[in-house]
Amino acid sequence: MLSKKQAKMFFLGGTAVFFLIFIGMTVDTLVNGVPKYTHASQIDDQVRLGRHLWDSNNCMGCHTIMGEGAYYAPELTKVYERRGPEYIKTTFNFPGGWRPNGRNMVEYNFTEQEKEALVAFLKWVGESDLNGFPPKPSVQLDK
Amino acid sequence: MKFKSQKVAYYFFALSMLLFSLQIVYGFIMAFAHMGFDGLHEWIPFNAATATHKNLLVVWILSGFMGAGYFIIPDESDTELWSVPLALLQFYSFAIVGVIAVVGFHVGWFEGRKFLEIPRPLDYLVALNVILFLVILLMTMFKGKKRTTTAWVLTSGLVFAALLYLPGMIWFDNHTVDSFFRWWVVHLWVEGVWELIMGGILAYLLIKLTGVDREVIEKWLYVIVGLTFLSGILGTGHHYYFIGVPKYWLIVGGIFSSLEPLAFLGMTLFAIQMYRKGNKKHPNKLAIYWTLSTAVVSFLGAGLLGLAHTLPGVNLYTHGTLVTAMHGHLAFWGAYASLVLAIISYSMPLMTGRKIYDNSIGHMAFWFANIGMIGMTMAFAAAGVAQVYMERIMGLEFMKAQLELEPHFFVLIIAATVFSIGVTLFIINFLKFGAPVDEAIGQGEEFSALQTS
Repeated sequence: MLSKKQAKMFFLGGTAVFFLIFIGMTVDTLVNGVPKYTHASQIDDQVRLGRHLWDSNNCMGCHTIMGEGAYYAPELTKVYERRGPEYIKTTFNFPGGWRPNGRNMVEYNFTEQEKEALVAFLKWVGESDLNGFPPKPSVQLDK
Repeated sequence: MKFKSQKVAYYFFALSMLLFSLQIVYGFIMAFAHMGFDGLHEWIPFNAATATHKNLLVVWILSGFMGAGYFIIPDESDTELWSVPLALLQFYSFAIVGVIAVVGFHVGWFEGRKFLEIPRPLDYLVALNVILFLVILLMTMFKGKKRTTTAWVLTSGLVFAALLYLPGMIWFDNHTVDSFFRWWVVHLWVEGVWELIMGGILAYLLIKLTGVDREVIEKWLYVIVGLTFLSGILGTGHHYYFIGVPKYWLIVGGIFSSLEPLAFLGMTLFAIQMYRKGNKKHPNKLAIYWTLSTAVVSFLGAGLLGLAHTLPGVNLYTHGTLVTAMHGHLAFWGAYASLVLAIISYSMPLMTGRKIYDNSIGHMAFWFANIGMIGMTMAFAAAGVAQVYMERIMGLEFMKAQLELEPHFFVLIIAATVFSIGVTLFIINFLKFGAPVDEAIGQGEEFSALQTS
């Protein structure tokens, strides 16, 4: 029967081994994977500003991006491809808040440059290789 | 209660109850908004409500863990807490930072990263606060006469939880890298080191409530936390499937996150087996109920419902839908919320000397809360599966699908009302205990004499 000491070794040894593997995979991901998959060279000041605005206004508090966030408002990973830049820019400062289908977006007060930056960020996200996410629907009832 | 200083735990438990109530209020605001009733939008827009709902959860659970630490560590180390004034300072500063964060969300002061919405300047205060908490615990352990495995597992869980908060405080230019490290905090907390804390608290409760020999319980504690890390560390990969990283995460994340339920299954079997082996003489039935329900419901919510959508082929469709909300609600409820309610139910009679062990309000609280939460989980499941079919498979637009989901949110609100009645009854019981008193010192210890050999 397993002794307490053996159980302790199982815990400490197992944790150490899997933690080391995890660190190794992390290094490989950051060095070899992310730059390629996310076109990291395309992250310029515009994308950076867009990302900052995305975070500081908690857009993830309603929307998802790369499938992460809240489930109140549409997934925006491919929004650039789906709607194009002009439509996206219309939504931000819409008087009274953008409310296309009954759900209310906050009315923002972005400058033209900030709107462009958010569009640049969303374009960058849409061009990242996300291993097939979001999936293509089998039928397109809305097309 | 053995030591006067254990009373500090009461403050943290009371704060937990207050924040938990507020969390539920924000949950209702969000559920109504999903049904189209968003009359509060101007003052509490959805993104403020969701940040508040999630962060109140994190803060009240942490407050419960801190209370548990202050109650358990002096008992396990057989000594008074190292410093009560510092513990109180830690409590008040923790509460103040929490209040500033919640008020900040309502005026648009965010960091906007799911679960880590607290702005950076407050992060530093949180870090300082947690360091103070850990110093108090560690100093208590070092001056103590005993150093038990249970105390070590609990404390190392708390130390690693603090360390893992740090990667979430670094700024990365690339959203993918930011997301990658955000999961170091969130995943390695809830599916990693928080399970150490959970294992430690459960082991303590089982030792106290069942009377089974400490050596047996602590041996299995090691096995369970071993299984947690064996599966949970590489299981982080299930958050990396679709964020812009190499495909090997699909394989590694899929395999190891599928193994994660094993740790929870271990926890369930462990708790039930120890209860069956035990002497069943402990009069605090409510604490036993909550302890066993933690073990069982965490397996259902975190283990099985997590497994239900963790494989990459399934997750491609369910990722970012209400299916995640289904899993999230029962997982947090079973593993961590119930655990905090268990340690509160166990410790309050000992701190106050009032023997509320087995009253009908307590039992009703238990059943209403659990049945309500299972109802909520089913409502989220129905909504989530319908959403996946309409939006991801049939190609319906997001909002068109959402309008079809509104009836599920009506069911959710009904179930949440049942849940809230349960929680209210729990809080009524909590208030009936009143504040802890010095006269309670030495009380309740007679049950350790009932230990089976």
